[in-house]
Amino acid sequence: MAGSYDRALTVFSPDGHLFQVEYALEAVRKGTCAVGVRGNDCVVLGVEKKSVLKLQDPRTVRKIVMLDDHFLLIGVQIQIPGLNADARVLVNKARIECQSHRLTVEDPVTIEYITRYIAGVQQKYTQSGGVRPFGISTLIIGFDPNDKTPRLYQTDPSGIYSAWKANAIGRSSKTVREFLEKNYKEGLSKDETIKLTVKSLLEVVQTGAKNIEIALMTADSFIK
Amino acid sequence: MDAFVNRFKETPTFWADEISMLDGFGSYDAVKEFSQPVFEIPAVQNANCTDENSDSECRIKIEHGTTTLAFKFQGGIIVAVDSRASAGSYIASQTVKKVLEINPYLLGTMAGGAADCQYWQRQLGRHCRLYELRNKERISVAAASKLLANMVYPYKRMGISMGTMVTGWDKTGPNLFYVDSDGSRYKNDVFSVGSGSTFAYGVLDSGLDYELSTNDAIELGRRSIYQATYRDAASGGSVRSWEFIGLYDVGKLHWEYCGL
Repeated sequence: MAGSYDRALTVFSPDGHLFQVEYALEAVRKGTCAVGVRGNDCVVLGVEKKSVLKLQDPRTVRKIVMLDDHFLLIGVQIQIPGLNADARVLVNKARIECQSHRLTVEDPVTIEYITRYIAGVQQKYTQSGGVRPFGISTLIIGFDPNDKTPRLYQTDPSGIYSAWKANAIGRSSKTVREFLEKNYKEGLSKDETIKLTVKSLLEVVQTGAKNIEIALMTADSFIK
Repeated sequence: MDAFVNRFKETPTFWADEISMLDGFGSYDAVKEFSQPVFEIPAVQNANCTDENSDSECRIKIEHGTTTLAFKFQGGIIVAVDSRASAGSYIASQTVKKVLEINPYLLGTMAGGAADCQYWQRQLGRHCRLYELRNKERISVAAASKLLANMVYPYKRMGISMGTMVTGWDKTGPNLFYVDSDGSRYKNDVFSVGSGSTFAYGVLDSGLDYELSTNDAIELGRRSIYQATYRDAASGGSVRSWEFIGLYDVGKLHWEYCGL
């Protein structure tokens, strides 16, 4: 069925699919789970930490990274080596863009701007020859400069981005999202947001503090 | 010359440049759209081609004579300009519009080469509009002035003559920046630009006070321009002043005629 339309990225299939992009989305679905929840005045990211091999130093396996000092990004990785590198490259580009923006506009980036930029980069790699899409979806959280409203955005390999109140990506994201839909309320306090994030992650992750990493962001601070 | 051209030649990348604010701004956009002349640009070799002071035989006489000023006060910003255009000792026009609307809430003044100022400020207007459409909010005056300075910098020493004040209202209130074709960009509360600026500064500085009432501020601006036109041969015509009186723009045009 997919047949000969798999190979080239720049070829549509007869029923209007870009198979490479869809396979990239599939790769994302195999990655470890990540959840983002927006509260009243804070936003929380939770990641499932895959088990670290015995000799590996756990501190060097990072999934939540800072893009600029007022917001950060999370990437989903999968066990197949190579896609973590996609995240690294994308994060690097985003960091450069943040600083360029600060230089020319004399203002830090807004979350929407940097999300649009990252999504734009991801889209560009779906429309060129000889390249493949980034195999990562990202959740971007933070606050705009001089603004108190928390923000949560998601991008995916096709280059689409959208804002969310709460979202999950990666493994079993559908289950987690359903859980979030059932339990999300507007105007969650800090503790409630954290609790919701942890509980939703526990749906798919084995219990134990070692397996979950949480990052909490408020308008004026960032706690991991 | 080769090195210069090579700098701006297309790099052989596989795909287009990254989408970013810098794309279309900064050093490359203007040069891509600008067709490079086939001959050597004389000013690259000899920056004194248009500078009258260093080479009395300079071939291009650009209109430099002018007086423009702007200052911040409690009611907003006053921008006052004269309206004479001179080419050497010939008065080309007495009714030049030296205040250019970049967009409804950003003003730029013209001093130096008229064509240079008009062209670059139109380009700035285009970029500001694009910014507004992409980011759903108005560009800040700091960013707009920075864009202008970056646009003009690659042409440094190529004969652009432009000394402009970019001013307007943004989220942080009224702002006033000075940008010129040497690439400088300054922020301050009061500026005067042009051949008559020294005269204008004298009057302006002695009468300047943040707490001026609107009418007093207009009168101060008008007086400064008048004094400058009185003494400076290259400034004259009539005084045109603009006043930003609100966050949601509104430039009010006052026509004043002063005896010369």
